[in-house]
Amino acid sequence: MTEFLTKYAFLIVPIVKIAILVFIVLTVDAYLTWIERKVIAHIQARWGPHRVGPHGLLQPLADGVKFIFKEDPLPSHVDKAAYFLAPFITLMLALTSLAVIPFGPQKFTIFGYETHVGIADVNISLLVLFAITALGVYGIALAGWASNSKYSLLGGLRSSAQMISYELTLTLSVVGVLLIAGDFSLRNIVAQQASSAHGLLTWNIFPQIIGFACFYIAAIAETNRVPFDLPEAESELVAGFHTEYASMKFAMFFIAEYTSMITVSCLATILFFGGWLSPFPASWTFTHYLPSVMLIPFGLWVVYDGIRYENLFGRVILPGVGTALTVVGAALVLFPALNGAIQGPFWFIAKVFTFLFVYIWMRGTLPRFRYDQLMSFGWKFLLPVSIANVVLTSVVILWRMR
Amino acid sequence: MTASLVIFFVLALLAIFAAVSLILQRHPIHSALSLIVVMVALAGLYLLMGAEFVAAVQIIVYGGAIMVLFVFVIMLLNAEEEERTNFSKLATYAGIPLALAIAGFIAAAIARSSGSLPAPEPSGALTSTKTLSNLLFSDFVYPFELTSFLILVAILGAIVLAQREN
Repeated sequence: MTEFLTKYAFLIVPIVKIAILVFIVLTVDAYLTWIERKVIAHIQARWGPHRVGPHGLLQPLADGVKFIFKEDPLPSHVDKAAYFLAPFITLMLALTSLAVIPFGPQKFTIFGYETHVGIADVNISLLVLFAITALGVYGIALAGWASNSKYSLLGGLRSSAQMISYELTLTLSVVGVLLIAGDFSLRNIVAQQASSAHGLLTWNIFPQIIGFACFYIAAIAETNRVPFDLPEAESELVAGFHTEYASMKFAMFFIAEYTSMITVSCLATILFFGGWLSPFPASWTFTHYLPSVMLIPFGLWVVYDGIRYENLFGRVILPGVGTALTVVGAALVLFPALNGAIQGPFWFIAKVFTFLFVYIWMRGTLPRFRYDQLMSFGWKFLLPVSIANVVLTSVVILWRMR
Repeated sequence: MTASLVIFFVLALLAIFAAVSLILQRHPIHSALSLIVVMVALAGLYLLMGAEFVAAVQIIVYGGAIMVLFVFVIMLLNAEEEERTNFSKLATYAGIPLALAIAGFIAAAIARSSGSLPAPEPSGALTSTKTLSNLLFSDFVYPFELTSFLILVAILGAIVLAQREN
């Protein structure tokens, strides 16, 4: 058995890693809907979902079951091949783009096969990512066209036009980072931002603040989120490109949207905010206990909050989960090796969730753009600014080389 | 048979099937989709040769930018399924023998010179971004600048054509 595993480790390890990553990402997607509804509800002084499970925590499960068992009617006169293909293309590309993202610095060896946290370590990972996102337009454009409905068609056309326009800015805003790093590999871009003495001061965000602003605005437009969610502007287009989709096919568009939110947040973290690097100087060793400092009180709070419920949750599940979290937090204090290993992923996840929160925050705050405003903002303001950023960065780099 | 040979045949067959379907499909959108599959399969073939940068650019430029424009225009014009005319019948009867003849010529040429055809070097040395940009801005700087000037002229031409209607 071990011999077999050693021989085919190059095949088995990536497959297991893909399965784990897809499971994690789909779970995060599901709970992102819960976080989004909850955060927006609190922004608007409402409660949000709170009936299914404690704090509405089982709402994503209920939604998932509903999506699977809903009727899936086929509208008349649709282009069947494209209609069925569109959600699959969208979801497949959204999930594939996560494959090139590195989640942590460590390399580890399983059955003699050296691997790292993340699926594929490609030396042009940034270009691969852009190639995959470039194909993402087709899913939405096809869905709009194949549905044989004017709302869908208009939504699909709008979103294709928007994605083509903002893809230029998205790519150009990253060029500044590429010029500084001199490398397409996301892993090396993070390594280049590292500095043991200065912590967060050497991150790319400081020299590339204009680039980051352009990148983040364009990324929001690419993922079709508020304030750029014109493809699904409900007051004008019902639901845009997915008007005619129901059941699991509708859910696939939704999962794809949330997955691309995660991808974009990971990319922003890696390119501008030092990826898995800690924001503190390496000499501040006490900051290594931050995960424990967060986990132990949170675990105790879960126990305290959970015992109020006079059912299975309050008696078994929530106290159990709370105790487990506390034990993990305590274990991290007791075993420094374990604590060292989770530092990278901890900071990475913390930064990614900050960006996801900003996404939701914006949805709760900003109104939607008008379509002509969207186009003139993209072409007449954002694109020139990102080109100016490229020129400025090149000049500064040349100046320093002299 | 090595793994890369298997991948080569899968990608090559995919590219050929998609190219044939590009011609046989009746609806413009289906043809455009087949063309995208051809582009992506070609990118896979470049990747197999170790030309990662070219593969990524192939997908970004052809798959992402140009084909999106094709699909976008077809959708915007709401192009219907093509209709058979007498001329397309002529194309069938004259075109199939001609296509077969060209395929035969190419196959014969490849078969005759297979010994002398140099295999592409699978090393990534020439295809790394740094070497590629060094070549572009030193040895091939005039063709490169000339091409970009040509593209600029084309862009200006497009703007002039679009402006004329007003």
